[in-house]
Amino acid sequence: MEDRLIVRKIRNGTVIDHIPAGRSLDVLKILGISGREGATVALVMNVESKKLGRKDIVKIEDRFLKPEEVDKIALIAPTATINIVRDYQVVEKRRVSVPEEIVGILRCVNPLCVSNSPREPITPRIIVVSRQPLKLRCAYCDEEFGEEALSQLVSQ
Amino acid sequence: MLRGRDVLSILDFSREELEELFAETDRVRSNPAAYAGALSGFIMSTAFFEPSTRTRLSFQSAMLRLGGSYIDLGELERSSVAKGENFADTIRMLDSYADVIVVRHRLEGAARYAAEIAEAPVINAGDGRKHHPTQAMLDLYTVRSAKGRVDGLTYGVLGDLRFGRAAASFILALSKYRPRKVYLVSPPLLRARPEVLEVLEKAGVSYEEVSDLDSVLPELDVLYVTRVQKERFPDPAEYEKVKGSYAVTSKSLARAKEDLVVMHPLPRVDEIAFDVDRTRHAYYFEQAKLGVWVRMALLKLILKG
Ligand SMILES: [Zn+2]
Repeated sequence: MEDRLIVRKIRNGTVIDHIPAGRSLDVLKILGISGREGATVALVMNVESKKLGRKDIVKIEDRFLKPEEVDKIALIAPTATINIVRDYQVVEKRRVSVPEEIVGILRCVNPLCVSNSPREPITPRIIVVSRQPLKLRCAYCDEEFGEEALSQLVSQ
Repeated sequence: MLRGRDVLSILDFSREELEELFAETDRVRSNPAAYAGALSGFIMSTAFFEPSTRTRLSFQSAMLRLGGSYIDLGELERSSVAKGENFADTIRMLDSYADVIVVRHRLEGAARYAAEIAEAPVINAGDGRKHHPTQAMLDLYTVRSAKGRVDGLTYGVLGDLRFGRAAASFILALSKYRPRKVYLVSPPLLRARPEVLEVLEKAGVSYEEVSDLDSVLPELDVLYVTRVQKERFPDPAEYEKVKGSYAVTSKSLARAKEDLVVMHPLPRVDEIAFDVDRTRHAYYFEQAKLGVWVRMALLKLILKG
């Protein structure tokens, strides 16, 4: 638990552990955290990890994640674990998992796809064909794509 | 089996379902009079958000020959779409007016989206670069009609295999059968998309990508020609270089098998010379004619079983 030496424990909030090294800033972006919100946020990058070699850790005081945020983190950091902390104790530990179908949080990369048509009341639906490596298929136009689609998660 | 079905991609249909459709097509074709009133009282709606007179008329003719009737969304510039109505609302409206909706759209996935909205079955008459399932059905039927079978033949598919939906749909359709070999003939820029090749691989179809028709022509039983569109080429000089090599003429067919069948989804521009029309190889007009029979059988099976 080397990270304890770097940043202190949080009282209440969320610890996102086992983030692939270098992805923690993307995780913060997904959560919409810029640092100007006033909440205490601790970021640890490139610490040693038995499982991953190197990993990042994010600790956020007084913030708990919505299911769609967990789904987004699963896509960008599939190895992440999410710990809910209350009164300095981890009360819940969850692994993230890439869902079989991604509804509404990722757009199809095909500019000709009907699901990208701004005037239609349509929710993008993306089928996960394989997780490792990530291979996705649009449920509407059948376009197949991979990790490159994830950049839109952190560019919003 | 086909009653009430949406027709969105040729991949949604099993070989058995296609055989059922072709058997029905045979019956319709051999005794059209028996089918003259088969769909009386039914209404088909054609909604073409992208122009294609040929496909639209083929569907309308099929419906009329079955004693049914059709309503047509009309030219877009005069319709509600021009007033700003979105696609979803247009489909919802047509759903209450018709028993089956035939959609052609520039956007990919539009037919699948329409099928989610509409209660009535939706037939995809072409969306974007990808699917044109009824074209693939009539193409398979044409091969079956000309050759007596689809299995065991050597195919050449020529033209824009990347953006051309007729070619892509035909290649996907062949994955339902056991061709001896499929040659994909195109300039490197217009090779078939990886997901199309993957379908062939998974189905265990032996295929080869080649740039030159002449070398494979003598082996072919079926040559499926599509247009190589100039506008697909970033460099016009590149187009000028390849264009000649894909022109099929009666002279170039001299080295072909006696019973080679040449198909084309039409309209053609200059990829098949007019002198081919008089050869025994020309099958493209027959193919268009068979399209009406296949669409009749499809409409009948979808609406009445
Ligand atoms: Zn799509």
